Parts: sequence; C-alpha cells; structure tokens
Amino acid sequence: MEYVIEMLNIRKEFGSFVANDNITLQLRKGEIHALLGENGAGKSTLMNVLFGLYQPEAGEIRVRGEKVNITSPNVANDLGIGMVHQHFMLVQNFTVTENIILGAEPKSGLKIDRAAAREKVRQISEQYGLAVDPDAKIEDISVGMQQRVEILKTLYRGADILIFDEPSAVLTPQEIKELIQIMNRLIAEGKSIILITHKLKEIMEVADRCTTIRRGKYIGTVDIDETMTQSRLAEMMVGREVNFDAEYSKANPQELVLDIKNLVVKDGRGIKAVDGLNLDVRAGEIVGIAGIDGNGQTELIEAITGLRKAESGEIFLNNKSIKNLKPRKVTESGVGHIPQDRHKHGLVLDYSIGHNMVLQTYYQKPYSKAGIMNYNQVMEKAKTLIEKFDVRTPSPETFARALSGGNQQKAIIAREVDRSPDLLIAAQPTRGLDVGAIEFIHEQLVLEREKGRAVLLISFELEEILQVSDRIAVLYEGRTVAFLDPKETNEIELGFLMAGGKKEEVGRS
Amino acid sequence: MKLERFYGILIPILSIILGMVVGAIVMLVGGYDPIAGFDQLFYGIFGEPYSIGETLRAAAPLIFAGLAVAFAFRTGLFNIGVEGQVLVGWMVAVWIGIAFDLPTAIHLPLALIGAGLAGALWAAIPGILKARFHVHEVITSIMMNYIALYVTNDILRHVIGIKNERTDSVKETASLASPFLQELTDFSRLHNGIFIAVIAALVFWFILWKTTLGYELRAVGFNKSAAEYAGMGVNKNIVLSFVISGVFAGLAGAMEGLGTFQNMTLNASFTGVGFDGIAVALLGANNPIGVVLAALLFAGLNIGGLSMQQIGIPPELIKIIIAFIIIFVASGYAIRLVIEKLTLKKSESKKLKGADK
Amino acid sequence: MGFLEVLYIVVPIALAYSAPLIIAALGGIFSERSGVVNIALEGLMVMGAFTGIVSALTLSKMGLGAASPWVAMLVAIVVGAIFSLFLAVPAILFRADQTVLGVAINMLAVGLAIFLVRAFYGKGQTDSIPNRISKENVPFLSDIPVLKMFFANVYYTSYIAIILAFVAWFVVFKTPFGLRLRSVGEHPMAADTMGINVTKMRFIGVMISGGFGGLAGAVYATSISLNFSVTTILGQGFLAIAAMIFGKWNPLGAMAAALFFGFAQAISIIGQQLPLLDQIPQVYLLIAPYVLTILALAGVVGRADAPKAVGVPYIKGKR
Repeated sequence: MEYVIEMLNIRKEFGSFVANDNITLQLRKGEIHALLGENGAGKSTLMNVLFGLYQPEAGEIRVRGEKVNITSPNVANDLGIGMVHQHFMLVQNFTVTENIILGAEPKSGLKIDRAAAREKVRQISEQYGLAVDPDAKIEDISVGMQQRVEILKTLYRGADILIFDEPSAVLTPQEIKELIQIMNRLIAEGKSIILITHKLKEIMEVADRCTTIRRGKYIGTVDIDETMTQSRLAEMMVGREVNFDAEYSKANPQELVLDIKNLVVKDGRGIKAVDGLNLDVRAGEIVGIAGIDGNGQTELIEAITGLRKAESGEIFLNNKSIKNLKPRKVTESGVGHIPQDRHKHGLVLDYSIGHNMVLQTYYQKPYSKAGIMNYNQVMEKAKTLIEKFDVRTPSPETFARALSGGNQQKAIIAREVDRSPDLLIAAQPTRGLDVGAIEFIHEQLVLEREKGRAVLLISFELEEILQVSDRIAVLYEGRTVAFLDPKETNEIELGFLMAGGKKEEVGRS
Repeated sequence: MKLERFYGILIPILSIILGMVVGAIVMLVGGYDPIAGFDQLFYGIFGEPYSIGETLRAAAPLIFAGLAVAFAFRTGLFNIGVEGQVLVGWMVAVWIGIAFDLPTAIHLPLALIGAGLAGALWAAIPGILKARFHVHEVITSIMMNYIALYVTNDILRHVIGIKNERTDSVKETASLASPFLQELTDFSRLHNGIFIAVIAALVFWFILWKTTLGYELRAVGFNKSAAEYAGMGVNKNIVLSFVISGVFAGLAGAMEGLGTFQNMTLNASFTGVGFDGIAVALLGANNPIGVVLAALLFAGLNIGGLSMQQIGIPPELIKIIIAFIIIFVASGYAIRLVIEKLTLKKSESKKLKGADK
Repeated sequence: MGFLEVLYIVVPIALAYSAPLIIAALGGIFSERSGVVNIALEGLMVMGAFTGIVSALTLSKMGLGAASPWVAMLVAIVVGAIFSLFLAVPAILFRADQTVLGVAINMLAVGLAIFLVRAFYGKGQTDSIPNRISKENVPFLSDIPVLKMFFANVYYTSYIAIILAFVAWFVVFKTPFGLRLRSVGEHPMAADTMGINVTKMRFIGVMISGGFGGLAGAVYATSISLNFSVTTILGQGFLAIAAMIFGKWNPLGAMAAALFFGFAQAISIIGQQLPLLDQIPQVYLLIAPYVLTILALAGVVGRADAPKAVGVPYIKGKR
C-alpha cells in the first residue's frame, strides 16, 4: 500500500507536559483519514508538527516514502502539504485574492500582478467547484465561504495532501453537506485528506480509515466499513464504554419563570440577530435551545442578562419585566448564568478562586460593608463551595488560571447555583471538557431542575440537547421555529429545522 | 506563586544592576573613569544632609507620578498623560496659592484639592474617550500632554501673569515649605510634600486591596469582559481609574508648585516627571512599596547625577541609565528565560552526576 | 499685504516644517503596519538630528562643503536604523511592552545625544553648521504667479519628503513586500502559516522606521534648527504620530495630515507678524493638530482604525 504521509512514533513535549507520546499516523494516497480524539488529546499538536509549526522531540516523518525534516510551514508547503485551519488564518481586511496569494505573489515588475492572481484564483475555484468571489473582502463573506478561501490557499500552493482541522465546527448543516461534497471532489482530483474531528457521525459518513489518540497516546487505526459503529469509535476515543442515552428522571414543570415575547435584539453590526423571538421556561424543566451558531443565541442570552439592549418585545421573569435592566439588576432578580466562554466571561483568571466566587456578590454583606471588603468572609465562602462542588484546587488562594478546564467550570457552576437563581442559563456548559466533567455538569443541571429551578440550556451539540432537555426550542434566524419533545424527535429532524426546513409549526407545549 | 514573587523582585534588581553596568560602559566609551563616576554619584546622594534632603524632595513628585501610572496600570490602562496632568495640577496649585488670602488650614488643602481636581479633569478626557468611543488611551493622553503644555503656558502668560518667565511665589499660607526640614538638611528644598506622598501610597494600597472599588478596578484590569458579565460598570470603572490616577498626577504637580519651586515657570518642554513616573511604576511593579522605593532610587540618581558634573561627567548619563533600567525591566521575559536556562542546566547536570554514582 | 502675499510667505514655511513630519510619519507607518507600536519616533528624530548636525559639522571641517548636509542625512538614516534596534530587539524578541519601550527610548535618545555633545564639544549644544540646506527657487516655476508659493523659497527636502510619501504608498499597497508587511501587522499567525517570517518582517518594518526617523531628524536639523541642543526636537516625533493616525496609517493620508500640521505650525510661528493671522491666538494653532487627532480617533472626523495586531508580541503556537 502506498503511503503519502507517514508520521512514525512522534513525540512532542511542552516543558514537562507530553502532548504527543509515540504516535503513528499513515495516510494512504486518495483516502480521507480521520484523526479522532477528545479536546486536548493532542490532535492539533500532531498536525502542527506535520505542518512545521512545531518540531517533534522524537520520531520521523516520511512524505511519499522519503524521510523529511519539516522545519517550517514553508517546507510543508513545498512538500505539498496544506492545512485548513479551524480558526481561519485569514486577514480580515484583505480580499480573497490577497489572502490566497500572500507569500507567493505573482509579480509584474515590482508590482503584484493582480490580474494574473485573480485569474488563477478564479480558475482553481472553478476546477474544484468552490464558487468564491476573488475580489470580496474576507470580513464581508460568510464563514462557509471563508473556509473555502482556506482550502483555496492550499490548492493555490499546489498542495495534494490537505489537513482539515475540525472543519465542521463552525458550519451550518447545509454548509457541512457542501463541505463533504468538496472533500469528495478533492479526492476525485487525486488529493489525500486528513480530517481532524471529534464528531463520530462525520467520520462514519466520509472517512475511509480512522486513527484515534487519547491523552497524547496512540490508540489504534481502524477501517471505517459496515462493521464499524459509532459506539466503538467513542469507546476508542474515551477509553471506556460511553452511555449515549443516560436517562434522567422525568421533568415536573411548574409555574412560568421566564417568558419572552416578540423579542428583537440587534447584533454589533446593527442587524436584527433576534427577530421576534418567543420562549418560555417553567420552573422544574430544562429547555434546550437547538440551533446553528450565529442564529441569535449569543444575542438572546445577552439580552436576557442585560448585557445587550433589547430593541422591542418583552422579557418577564416571574411576571416582572427584566427587559433592559442593568446586568447587576438582572442577576439580583434571580438569574444565574454559566457563560459560553468561561475564560473570557466566566472567570477573572488572575484572581484567586476565592475572589472569583464572589464576582457578583462582593458588594453585599458579609463580603463587604460600606465599601470595605472583608476577604476573610470571601475565603470562608470559597472554602465551603469548593468542598460542596468538589472543585479540585490546592487552596482558595490559587489563581483560577492554574485550574483545569473542568474545575474552572465547576467553580463557575458552584458560584451561579449557590445564589439559588430562579432561572439558570447554561451556554455551551460542556464545551472543551472531558467526558467525566461533562457528566458531572449534566447531573448538576438536572439537580437544579429537581430543585424547581428553570434551566435554559444553549448548546451546538445536538446530542447534549437531546439528552438533557425536557423540551427543545429550535432557533433559526433569531426566532424559535419549533418546540419539540426530545423523546419524539431526532437529530435528523432537528438538523432539518435548524437549517430553516419547514415543518407544521408545532404549537407551544 | 512563590516563583512569581521571586522573579517579581529579582528582575527589577537585576535590571538596576544591568542599567548601572551600561552606565559604566557609557562612561568608559565617553572617556570618563566609571569608578570615580559612581563614587561621585553615591556621594552626591548620601554624602551630605543637603543631598539627602534634595533626594527626598525630588522623590515626592516621583512617588505621586509613579502612583498615578501604577493605579491606571492596575485597571489595565496606560496613563502616559501623567506629564500633562502634572502641568495642569501645578498650574492650578500655584494659581490658588497666589490668588487667595486664606488661613493655612484652608488655603493649603484648597490648593492641593485644586491640583488634584485639575489632574483628574485632564485625565478624565482620555478615560471618557476610551469608555465611550473605545479610543486607545495612549494616543489621546499623549495628545493631551501637548495640549496641556501649550494651554498652561498660555494661561500663565495671559491669565495668571508672569514676570521674567515665571509667576509670583505662592503665599506662605499655601506653601508646603518647612523651615524645620530645611534646617535639618542643610537648607535643601525639602518640604512637607514627602509626607503627603507617603500617605498617598497608603491610600493607593487601601483603595485597591481593601475596598469594593479596588476589587472592581482590578477585576476590570484583568478581564474587562468577565467584569462586565458580573455586572460591574466597566466604563464607569475606566473613567474612575483615570480620574483617580489624575488626582495623583495633579498632586505631583502641586509638590513642585507649592513645595520645590513655590511658583511656575513657562515651560519650553515637559518637566519629565510624568515620563519618569512610568519608569517608577514599572520598576516598582505597580505596587505602592515598590513605587516609593523606585521613586527614591530615581530621585537619588537624578540628584546624585548633578554632582557628577563636578568631575566633568555629563548628568545626562543618569537619563541613559534610567532608560536602560526600563528597557531591562520591560524585557523581563528574556531575563527570566536566561535564568531558567541556567538553572535548568545546573539541575540537569546535577541529575547526570547523580546518575553517574 | 494681500492674501496672496501672505500665502507666498506662509506656504514655503509650511512646506519646510512639514517635511520632517511627513518623513517621520512614514517611518511610523512602516513600523505600525508591521505590528510594532512606535512611540519612539521622537527619540529616533532626536538621534537623527544629533547625527545630522555632528556629521555635517565634521564633514564641513573635512572640506565637503555644500554636500555635507546631504551626506549627513545618509549617515542619520543609518544611525536611525541601528538605534531602532533598541526598540526592535526587546519588542520583537523579548515580548517587551512596546509603549514602555518607546518612552524609554525617547529618554535614552535625549540622554545619549546630549551626553555625547558634552563629551565631544564640552558644552550642552553644538555650533551651527556652516553649510545648511538652503532655500531654492525652482527655475521657471518660481516665476509663475500664485503657483510660485510652492516653488519659490523652498527646501528641496520638502519635495523629497513628498516623493518619499508616494514611494512609500506604492511599497505598502502595491508590492508583495507591502502585502506581507501588512499581513504581519493584521494577523501574524496567518502570515506565519503562509511561510512569512514574522520576526524578520517586523525587524525590517522597525528598522525602516528607524531610517525614516533618523532622516526626519536630520532634515529638521540641517534645514531649520541648524544646530543641536536639548530643545531641537520638541514633540515633532509625536506630531508625526498624530499625522500617521490622522492619515489612517496610509502614507498619502499621513502626508496630507503632515502638510496640514506643518501649515498650522507655520502660522503659529510667523502669524504674529502677518495681518489677519495675528488675530488668532497662537495657542489655538499650537494645539490644533493634537485636538484634531483626538477628534479623528473619537470618530468625529472619520474613524481611524489601527492595524489589528499592533502592539501585540507574536508568540508562535499561541492563538
């Protein structure tokens, strides 16, 4: 069998941390080879080694049978290796063409030959069915289009081995479908592809083979054929059997807690991101919001929590309007919020865990009096919460930065839940966490529901939505287009509705 | 965390030593004897009561300027406009000192408050522009420096009135001068301002580490978004931080106007106090004790440097030394890297030796 | 004196004062477009003025005559580029705070220059240079009415500055080098993955900036101040930064802003002697450039956006 890439026994360390420990990956010509692993398993590190961004401590790389030393992205480019980055490597205020030719510009005299560049971009774009406007500015085109520019960049440089790093993470289902077509077209044109992902379904759909790594270690390589199942892949990824359908007890919805009517919210660019949205959450239930990123989730949360102005409509909490109250007033009226980005919004990483535990309550007794802090009380409180929620930290004085992602999230949940809010908003609460932490957090959400709180869960992972919610609201273009019972729906139907597919409008339950 | 504290102290000390080494090299290159030079420098700082008095005198405005820069830094803001705030504070202090006839108990506090408010007002502009329009405070406060320079000169000329390029002296009731301190230090210009400066350092510490406001300001400094999510008024805090910083800066001006000079002179260029304040804050790690120590060091260097002239060494040498100290502190990352490499090699070779046995 | 006569006097002075501002602002653009904040322009100009005067004095003594200020400018470019390494090395390699460095370098430049003046000449300021850049009348053009305000009594350095602005515009926006320079200042990691050496590009950007800063100082010294002392360069570097921002980091925009600031300076200097203009209090003219820049930044006069990655050290492998 002919291999175009062989990464043999690769080892990469960062200080004392071993990110890749004896990992082997062999890519056949003309295949789509999935690289599977949880967040932090070492997939990106391995690919950055292949792309010349990192140098490995041990192991060797062969390209088309020849041993190579990839010391920089330039060398990788010369070897025909191209990377489609998860976080796009695009200069926002450059045009598509400028981004593509950057570093390999065609010249006429001293000038960049723009006409030639544009023509070549147009021609490659056509050959692979990418349909990109060469003159558009990156900041003006959609995320899906931006990804195509990333692909074009590699093709322009003559790459025949493409690495896709979590390419579907930011795409709509429709865009994912198109991406899969593009990938198949690339294979048909003689390219080989490494697909980095943690989405089992995608692997089953497009990959020929799959290599799995876990905590920096090589687990194995398998063929993706009829005998392969998602749960076997999951087992390889996680290292133990995974219960996809942990059944939680039944909900017992009570009185209305959150009631949103005809809400309109504009985003930073002045476009209506939430456009006439209706939503209700009752005490004792978890309502999951299913939707593709960018359909108004962020703006909805920010409007409820007072971080963004609502243009019109109503937001009631326990029958009292909280529309356009200051964030502090919203918090005080009984809203808890586990934000999407815990590093940016949830914690002050350079504050101790203790300091972080009173981020919303520091101005109240007993943590302060007449403007003077009482840090002893703060630390006492922190100790209690750390114990109660099993936050693994050496002491409450430890900087939040020093904790693992899972423990940081536990600290945030401890803080939010401890205030006994009537409404708990959890946005992507399990993003980037390992399986153990995910289970813990799901249990906490259910526990809150049992206590009679209203829980609003926003997630881009449909599995999570289906598993934890008592009721699902589908969000599309800033509106709730359907309310569903998780028992009576599935990912296919949700995906269809999330992409704007029409269904007999299901009445509000 | 212990390691952080270790580097927090080691890097400034190493930077001072390296700065002195560069100073020695510059002296050698310029054809001067570095040993004689440093000898003269230290004599110029500690040699006589007069020089000690002058060092303390020069430290007062530097402490205030350092506190001003450090306070803004703690909220994640760079107040490079201290220079301009010093000028307006100085001017208002002198103005009040000249214009009123009041008992000391009212006049002096009034002049100090006026200086602080003037500094605060001047600093509020970049603060508001940052909070309201997201304009980077560095550029606006630089521009405000120049506006301050020209506007204060204009007001001195046309409103307050000058003779021979300078105003009248402030009335005794508004003066910080202390005959006692002067006598103690062989008639240096040392004045009561140094006590106010030390009190200001305490106030700095109290606000940031003991009050809810300090909790907020530091949270905003570390992570604006998280502070906003937690319901703190980020914009309010930005403006407030600039205003408090400006109060410190304005008071630095008052030290000069009510203490050292007792008047104000037309300025062809900046006083340098504000820029030295950046150096002081940086070397003092934005910590009140550090600021006081760094201010004493730079004040000493500036005063001692003057006496180097007696053996023919240009006093500008001190500016070169201070500039290099800043460059070295700012390059702390590199210093750390070198130390870590050195210690790593040591521990590794130890390990190897252990293995041999 | 009629309006036109006033312009015949003011415009050449405005052109003279604009030249160093334009050149320094171009320097700022190369540095900031590569992602390195350059508050040190003032210091670079100080070094340039110092080098320009000292070399011009020395070269005159060697008998170079009228050529001495021009050669001195070349020396100042080299010295400026080398001096800018005090910014480049800590900022690019050691991740030092670029604003802090700028403050330090400004302090260093004044200290070093005056220290050396005292060491060389035994006094705080130099003698005046015997051969200066002199005012010229452009043949033929300086005889045309109205137009002659641009061509009579002008320094050739003003034309050089304007030509340099066009050259800089071409380099920044039309050449592969410019595209790479801007990409490094906007999104260094993207540039890195495209095989562009971020460190190298930033070094080049800062050193070009140093060369321009040095030239700007030398132009000012050899055409306007004619000697060097502690007050020779007083804020021109910061005025150039203002011009760079006001011109939105575009060489031609910066040139236009610098011409305008030069005009304001010219009026503030000679306005008292001219009819009409002596009615405007000098302080308004002096602060106009700074106030306008603040207004520009606040979005009152069209929004000015800095290169995205300016001031952020590039750390490989960190998002």
